[in-house]
Amino acid sequence: MKLTMKWGLGALAALGLATTAVAPAFANKGLDEPFQAQFRKELAGKVVAYVPVAMNFDLTEGWWAGLKKELEPYGVKFEIRDPNWNTNAGAQAVTSLISEKPAVIVVHNPDVQTYAKLLQRAEKEGIYVIQINMGSAYRSTAFVGANWIEIGEKDTEAVVKACAGKSNKIAIVQGALSAAASAYTLKGVENVLAKHPEIKVVSSQAADWDAAKAKAITQTVLKQNPDLCGIVGFWDGMDIGTGAAVKEAGLTGKVFVATSGGGERKGACDQVKSGAFDLDLSYDVPTQAAQMAGTIKWLLSSGVKAGTVKGSEYTTLIPITKANADSQIACWNLSDFKK
Amino acid sequence: MRRLRFSQQEIVFVVFAALFAIFSVFLKGFLTTGNMLTLLQNVAVLGILGLAMAVVVLGRGIDISLIAALAVPPGLVLQMVQDGHGLGFSICVALALTIAFGLFNGWLVAYAEVPSLFATLASGLLLAGLGQSMLFQLDVVQWSDGMKGFERLGQGSVLGVPTPIIMFALACLVVAFLLRRTRWGAYIYSIGDNPFAARVTGIPTRPIIVLQYVLAALIGCFAGFVMAASVNSMPTRIFNSTLIYDVILVVVLGGIGLSGGRGGVMNVVIGTLLIGTMLNGMTIMDLSYSAQNLVKGVVLLAAVITDSFLNPRNEETAQQGDI
Repeated sequence: MKLTMKWGLGALAALGLATTAVAPAFANKGLDEPFQAQFRKELAGKVVAYVPVAMNFDLTEGWWAGLKKELEPYGVKFEIRDPNWNTNAGAQAVTSLISEKPAVIVVHNPDVQTYAKLLQRAEKEGIYVIQINMGSAYRSTAFVGANWIEIGEKDTEAVVKACAGKSNKIAIVQGALSAAASAYTLKGVENVLAKHPEIKVVSSQAADWDAAKAKAITQTVLKQNPDLCGIVGFWDGMDIGTGAAVKEAGLTGKVFVATSGGGERKGACDQVKSGAFDLDLSYDVPTQAAQMAGTIKWLLSSGVKAGTVKGSEYTTLIPITKANADSQIACWNLSDFKK
Repeated sequence: MRRLRFSQQEIVFVVFAALFAIFSVFLKGFLTTGNMLTLLQNVAVLGILGLAMAVVVLGRGIDISLIAALAVPPGLVLQMVQDGHGLGFSICVALALTIAFGLFNGWLVAYAEVPSLFATLASGLLLAGLGQSMLFQLDVVQWSDGMKGFERLGQGSVLGVPTPIIMFALACLVVAFLLRRTRWGAYIYSIGDNPFAARVTGIPTRPIIVLQYVLAALIGCFAGFVMAASVNSMPTRIFNSTLIYDVILVVVLGGIGLSGGRGGVMNVVIGTLLIGTMLNGMTIMDLSYSAQNLVKGVVLLAAVITDSFLNPRNEETAQQGDI
């Protein structure tokens, strides 16, 4: 009996020793996460093709830099086709990409129709299509971008509010007539104006996204209507001209200028600080790029068939005003972002 | 009996006067000092470019690369200042680039004997491409703090007259002096009139042609400075726009024949005024973009058709080198 006790104790002690000896070894040997290797395999060597309307401006450069930053470390390969504002060249680029079969095409549409059929074909061929900021009539796997109707509404609401108790005369500076972004924004403006019959639109003209034209139109309008209380502009890159005209007329602070853009520091925050714009709705480009990159990661790792799921990721807008134009995070800086 | 004949300049002036009168009577707020100044200010840059084009067209050439000269060197100044260089140094570099570009154009046309249309079409693409791929980070080069003071070239006013108008007037004076009061100006006219006769009489035709393109590039660059100062940035994408057609329009509409040798600064001024009046009137009327294009097209066609009715072309008037 004593012996068995002894043996038993000895066995227990041995067991205890063994446990204490084994347990740390067990903790030192990490646990394999079951999905990451597959994830890396799915991403490595995949090709993402990028077709903006043109490179060399803050939006498209920002998206490109953001996508590369997020996906290149995983071995994703990039291809860029720059049509430089030429719609035909863009359509050709998409057509040739369909036969090259990249995993993903990120496309920035010049209008609603031109690429629509091509994008549908691309998804039939098994290529995921992500549309950025300017969508086409075809709804693809994902749309990431600004809701132009919302931009038109918010800008107009701000102008209407600033006009309360004043002349109620406003002007609208549109972009290019062929661009969907401009037409959608105009719809948003109309939605708000329908609720405010007291507001009178004294001028609604297209300045072709051109700052010099925007300035010329605004100067003439201000000469005719010096009591103008607000201007709804459709893009901050163009409305630099609108703001300059208001400033030259000595009406800064009296005429409320609302516009929208990608939130690059020199084009947005600095302009708000200088008083050129009173409100600049930013569809923060780095966030859009991160959302696209996230979507691409999800799609590639899920193995879902292209064209079977379709969804939208509308960008949450950042209203830039004097209150936050000084903050570090309201705007982004292209040269830093590209580093 | 003397047949009634109008020159194109007179026809365009009549069209301008008629338009102006109609707008003054029917358009409230058109005939005010403020609006007149705005009208002029809005077309000042176009007018300066018209002068540059006129210098070349008078010598029987054409300079399609003018918009590149307008966009790239001033864009370079803004970019260099943004990157931390001094304003004065940047302007010097830009002027050197402009002169080099003008010399290159002139050499192509005068010595390599490439037709000016093709030479400048290609060289403009070259300069714009160089800017886009090597010089600028973005299409729109933004203003930076180092540019302080420079905006006075395109903003503000002197004695109530907006600066761009004064710049246009200055450019007019300089070009008029050059064309009418200097020997070089006389040479340009004689080359435009008959290049072979000019050469035979001992005029250094090739160097004068080079001079024309250098002048055009410099005036174009000056227009670019005024424009950049006026909108606080340089949208270099303007090279892809249809601005160059407007410039040719101003020149031809004003009555400077593309066959060279005829016309002067007054023609550019009249052409510019007509375009300015149309644009201003239509903006006040809040006409839609498409309607504006329609009206512009109709008025311009009317002016050109009237000209060809009143001054029909024949073997005698048509010159070699006509486009």
